[in-house]
Amino acid sequence: MSQVNPSVGKKVVLGVPLASHFDAEDDLPTEPMTINMGPSHPAMHGTVRIVLTVEGETIKEGDVQIGFLHRCFEKESEHATWTQVFPYTDRLNYVSPMLNNVGYAMAVEKLCGITSRIPERAQYIRVIVGEMARVADHLTCTGAGAMELGALSLFFHNMKAREWIWELLEEISGARLTHSYVRVGGVFADLPEDFPGKLTAMIAKVRTVAVEVSQLLVQNRIFRDRMDGVGIISAADAIAWGWTGPALRSTGVAYDVRKDHPYCLYDRFDFDVPIGSTGDNYDRFACRMEEIEQSLRILEQALLQIAPGPIVIDDPRVVLPPRGETYNTIEGMINHFKIIVDGIKVPAGEVYSYTEGGNGELGFYIVSDGTGRPYRCRVRPPCFAIVQALPELIKGMCIADIVPTFGMMNMIGGEMDR
Amino acid sequence: MSALVLGKLKERFGDAIRATHDLAGDDTAIVDPAQIVAICTFLRDEPGLEMAQMIDLTCVDTIGLPEKSGSPAERYWVVYHLRSIATGRRVRLKAAVDDGPSGENPEIDSITSVWKGANWFEREAWDMFGVKFRGHPDLRRILMYDEFIGHPMRKDYPKEKRQPLVRRDFT
Repeated sequence: MSQVNPSVGKKVVLGVPLASHFDAEDDLPTEPMTINMGPSHPAMHGTVRIVLTVEGETIKEGDVQIGFLHRCFEKESEHATWTQVFPYTDRLNYVSPMLNNVGYAMAVEKLCGITSRIPERAQYIRVIVGEMARVADHLTCTGAGAMELGALSLFFHNMKAREWIWELLEEISGARLTHSYVRVGGVFADLPEDFPGKLTAMIAKVRTVAVEVSQLLVQNRIFRDRMDGVGIISAADAIAWGWTGPALRSTGVAYDVRKDHPYCLYDRFDFDVPIGSTGDNYDRFACRMEEIEQSLRILEQALLQIAPGPIVIDDPRVVLPPRGETYNTIEGMINHFKIIVDGIKVPAGEVYSYTEGGNGELGFYIVSDGTGRPYRCRVRPPCFAIVQALPELIKGMCIADIVPTFGMMNMIGGEMDR
Repeated sequence: MSALVLGKLKERFGDAIRATHDLAGDDTAIVDPAQIVAICTFLRDEPGLEMAQMIDLTCVDTIGLPEKSGSPAERYWVVYHLRSIATGRRVRLKAAVDDGPSGENPEIDSITSVWKGANWFEREAWDMFGVKFRGHPDLRRILMYDEFIGHPMRKDYPKEKRQPLVRRDFT
């Protein structure tokens, strides 16, 4: 595992670079051929179809077709109350649902003008669950990427670690995967009493796994040959395509929403933003591995800083009354009824709120007409912008190179197709 | 937020910037759709602005919205979110478009020539809202299937409507 980066934007160095083994290509006469890769293909995680035109092994044209997992998130949101949208956001990036929860809640809070009134404890909890989700996200991406290159045991290694995280998230929220834990104005429930101890133990275990996985892959000749120098993109191209997140940082651009536009107390944590230098698949992998370590550091600091206190904003227009009040007082019951049936009244207007998701900038653009339901709820999925560069990136590659290139983009069907 | 971006836009384009606001800190300019490519190019290239990234492009069907930006005929907003890597500044552009010459599909110039990353976002806006982007290299549906009829995110498309996927090219 690499050294801890002392400053933002320091290059990640995981091990030493290996020399390329490729010889000059022999040009044999061939005819163009069309090949379907997907929609369901064992080496592609997620349902996506790539219609390839190949000459021999060389890709001349690749048409990436998405939408197989389209579930009308935006249309459904327009017919749900503001709170009822949370379960839908769980199903966007289903590997890190907590980050989506937080992103959406912050968008609604921004439009309500209550961002500055969210209690500190609630914000710390959001950071904690969000960073846990980010670690799970990166573990999935790197593990699946290694699996697709033949290292199946590493995938199980990472899944084991992800399961520890999800078990903890289940203890917090009651659900292993679709948490729906965050609420407008705070979070749904406080952390369990024994949570800090369990989280500390989890951090240590996950860190061990991350180090082991790095050690197994960084000096692995097969892995490095498939990743090094494959899928190179320049910083200018990545910016023009709208890339964000680890994929953009792999090209050397140190843009991280948590650093550049701190939200949720992220300015109180000491963490680094790892960047790559060449923008190839290995850099994207290395950035993700290093970000796992950085997220674990944030978790440790958050555990030290978090203090007891309220977990939701004190505002009956936004938050449900406590159970006792709902059942025993007429005002509480009416309040509960109005929020459940009519929804939170969000003032008319429009707002764009952005957070750092697992794949990059996760944005919510919401328009309210002043009623209890969103007039328009648009999510800006980070991997949508990233995957649209795939046709250009795979031109001239071998078919086998698609697998690591696509894998390191970390396409999440639920997020891209919504 | 700073008024710098909006100020520069107004100074350079005058009447083409129809209105501005900064609700909740988001700098927003409502712009003349005919000038969208010129405005985007200016925002990308002007020193001090350097909006190198088109973060998001989407559309809003304003038919049910009580207060609208333009005349009642201008039913759709095309909404752009831009960000500068160099300065970290952001701006939102909104272009209100009407139903277009055919009376069915609104039209606006594509900005794929300014940011190639607008490609899929414009395809999605076409797919979901039926906004045509003039000059787009490959304006196909992206989330829905080719046989789909209509544009599902329009407010007059019923949520319950079902369109089973059937092949229509059988003879």
